[in-house]
Amino acid sequence: MSQPVLDVQGLSVNFRTSHGVVNAVEDLSFQIGEGETVAIVGESGSGKSTAALALLRLIPDPPGKIVSGSVRLDGTELLTLSESEIRHIRGFKIAMIFQDPMMALNPVYTIERQIGEVLQLHLGMSRRERLLEAIELLRLVGVPAPEERVQQYPHNLSGGMRQRVMIAMALACRPRLLIADEPTTALDVTVQAQVLDLIQGLKDKFGMAVMLITHDLGIVAETADRVVVMYTGRKVEEGSVTEIFDDLRHPYTRGLLGAAKWEEGDGDMLREIPGTVPSPFDMPTGCSFQPRCPLAEARCLSDRPGLETFAPGREVRCFIAGEARS
Amino acid sequence: MIAPPTASNVKEPPVLEVLDLVKHYPIKDGLFAPDRVVHALDGVTLTVGRGETLAVVGESGCGKSTLARCIMRLEILTSGTLLLHGKDISHVGGRDLRAMRRRLQIIFQNPYASLNPRWSIGSLVMDPMRLHKIGDAAGRRARAVELLQTVGLGAEFMSRYPHELSGGQRQRVAIARALAMQPDVIICDEPVSALDVSIQAQVINLLKKLQKSLGIAYVFISHDLSLVKHISDRVAVMYLGQIVELADTSAVRQRVMHPYSQALFSAAPVADPRAAASKRRIILSGDVPSPVDPPAGCRFHTRCPYAKDICASEAPQLRAVEDRFVRCHFAGEPGFPPPAPLSEGKYT
Amino acid sequence: MKRFHIFWFRFRRNRAAAGGAVVLAAILALAAFGPVLYDVDPFEMVGRPFMLPFDRYPLGTDVAGRDILAGIVHGARVSLMIGVLASVAATIVGVTFGAVAGYYGGKIDDILMRTTEFFLCIPSFVLAVVLVAIFQPDVVTVTIAIAVVSWPSVARLARGEFISHRDREYVLGCRAIGMPDWEIILLQIMPNALPPIIVVSSLMVATAILTESGLSFLGLSDPNLVSWGYMIGVARTVLRSAWWMAAIPGAMILITVLAINLVGEGLNDALNPKLRK
Repeated sequence: MSQPVLDVQGLSVNFRTSHGVVNAVEDLSFQIGEGETVAIVGESGSGKSTAALALLRLIPDPPGKIVSGSVRLDGTELLTLSESEIRHIRGFKIAMIFQDPMMALNPVYTIERQIGEVLQLHLGMSRRERLLEAIELLRLVGVPAPEERVQQYPHNLSGGMRQRVMIAMALACRPRLLIADEPTTALDVTVQAQVLDLIQGLKDKFGMAVMLITHDLGIVAETADRVVVMYTGRKVEEGSVTEIFDDLRHPYTRGLLGAAKWEEGDGDMLREIPGTVPSPFDMPTGCSFQPRCPLAEARCLSDRPGLETFAPGREVRCFIAGEARS
Repeated sequence: MIAPPTASNVKEPPVLEVLDLVKHYPIKDGLFAPDRVVHALDGVTLTVGRGETLAVVGESGCGKSTLARCIMRLEILTSGTLLLHGKDISHVGGRDLRAMRRRLQIIFQNPYASLNPRWSIGSLVMDPMRLHKIGDAAGRRARAVELLQTVGLGAEFMSRYPHELSGGQRQRVAIARALAMQPDVIICDEPVSALDVSIQAQVINLLKKLQKSLGIAYVFISHDLSLVKHISDRVAVMYLGQIVELADTSAVRQRVMHPYSQALFSAAPVADPRAAASKRRIILSGDVPSPVDPPAGCRFHTRCPYAKDICASEAPQLRAVEDRFVRCHFAGEPGFPPPAPLSEGKYT
Repeated sequence: MKRFHIFWFRFRRNRAAAGGAVVLAAILALAAFGPVLYDVDPFEMVGRPFMLPFDRYPLGTDVAGRDILAGIVHGARVSLMIGVLASVAATIVGVTFGAVAGYYGGKIDDILMRTTEFFLCIPSFVLAVVLVAIFQPDVVTVTIAIAVVSWPSVARLARGEFISHRDREYVLGCRAIGMPDWEIILLQIMPNALPPIIVVSSLMVATAILTESGLSFLGLSDPNLVSWGYMIGVARTVLRSAWWMAAIPGAMILITVLAINLVGEGLNDALNPKLRK
């Protein structure tokens, strides 16, 4: 692969709370190439959304703080940019879509005005150009009758249509990276299929890099090229989508997949992960997954496993996985 | 009217029968605008056998949650009949209604909203027993501890409050509360969709275990199709207030007959990249129409890839086709519905 | 207990509210112990009229030679008592109306809310004046009149709260286990709906004190009891020559109302779940 679009190295984010400092993201590294979809998978509290906000430097400070690391977009370091420079990156080079489009759309402005705002801010288009471009963008994302829709307000649209409008806004400036944070969780299955189909189609068309944050392994299997699995703020496994599903190494990934995927002949019960995600204020010693891990040994309780690289882009944070290999 | 569709493998009389249930809500648009009607449920008929899991699937607005609330008599029925053990409960009140509540319980989707934050777990679990005057105070307390242990929580939870518990623990409390009256049927309204993936499996396994040991029937309302295929005995697919297909789960795993079921099941993501690569998928256009003015004729004809003229004019009935019930003019014709187009690997 | 600690922590952090609470506590102490410590009959002529403050009596005498400090001390009791009792009565009536209307909805809601609106659309002070004028002006009538004009706003707030809770899953869950309506209203929804109502009724105490003062100013008060409003009413004819006679009870009303408002706002910040993080 040539130079990746996004290159994250050793990113750590802390939150100071009245109960102490919490490591929301710890030493996270990954890359996304052009036209590639990388899924960041994890449950609530895994730090996946925090990581996405950190890329855009949208972590509220205080209480949050990017402690260390480097985030490069096409070779440009983002963490040292000035506030005005990073603002130019947001929405222009990196666009983001959220789970709830109603939260991100302003209910009192028309669709034209909201898409137009992005175009004016980053591309300095005239009013007339903005209207035409907004209509064109809506057509691109498959909104029927865009000439009429563009004059409507968010509440006139259905959930799926709103998410399309969000995508249209995100694509307005042909970004290099699209961050999609649970983009279909609020949508129905048939509409989810439409939106995923749209994101993938547009990615191929514009050669964007897509960072897809999700908890749904079905969506991962059907859309992602590579997968980063996170648990308690740390990357526990990374690999291509086939490696993750066919040759997974980390017990947590195995648990997630077991809980999400079942076939006939699996017996009556689902394979479950016992226990719950530990509280960030009460992290277990050693490996953070050890209290729930069926394979935990004595050293898992005392030492923290490091990331072990098996091949480029194939990493696992587990003692046992490393040994099974050698 | 057609005979109530029953599972082929259930020999005993059904525990719960829902006959031609209709629920319309009037909505007021203003003082002078004509009143309009939301057709939340239009003629839903189904039965639930002892110890059976009947899954009800569909997208938002299809009426599945309204169905749950109507069965629980939390809504006033517009028309239709509910039979519990053959006894008509559609209009009972007072003592009969309370008696019915002992047999029929519900678990809600959001464990953060379904437990009153002001009361301790112990009193929440003891409430049903107290209200139905089961046992004395000490006996209820002992039973509550036992129930909490049944759902995998210890006696120490008795004095805790909902905000001290995680989502999965709260849902266990909700299950314990539903079990307190030893119901025959529990309506599970999206019981795990608010929970993390790894916790979902725990709660589902708990529900299955309880079903085995206590013989409870579940009406399992869900939008998670892969989950439904795994845990249910029969599946009812709903679209805009009507059942469009009702079949044994084993039959559904083989094939579906209604074009909407076909689209719905093909759209569900499968956690298997190789299967995804050779998947047959229909991507429907548009959204579910508003239940205020449902389309005339077949309600699905506006989005159906195989719709013909008759579909827009004539409403199909739910009828027996081979091993199931389907609401489609063309179901049962050879080669219908045609196989979904093969997708090229991942999403385009 | 833990919840109370959180509440207290949040309340105390708000300096204005804490200051208001201190002032209010002082006024309450004045009302409670003042008449015992300063045992002078506020209706007795103790000296010549128009004596300046700090002359022979701490706050001077009024037009009839009555001790102004005695009036302030005894008036505090009357003003606060009427304010608090009227608010409590209005809250009980308002919450009952609002809870029943909001929980049941439909026709019951229509009837109760039309009744409420009937009271809301009459200017409240005029209604209070009419009520006191029709019956004889004594402390009970005045309290009832103030309660009658105050309850509708509580009813509307309570109704809104009950409507928002009525369809929540925990309430549906209680109905599903066969809990009777009264228990759902009183023990399930009420504890959750009460915080904003407490805030509004605490602020209502201030309004009630003002209404009482207004009535007394117009002479519509119990002739056997002295209140701050009555003192201002007596002093109004000599406002040009002896301004302090009206200003002293006026300042007491101002300080009390301000303190209650600060405390009420503090309660609002501490109890309002929307501001909770």
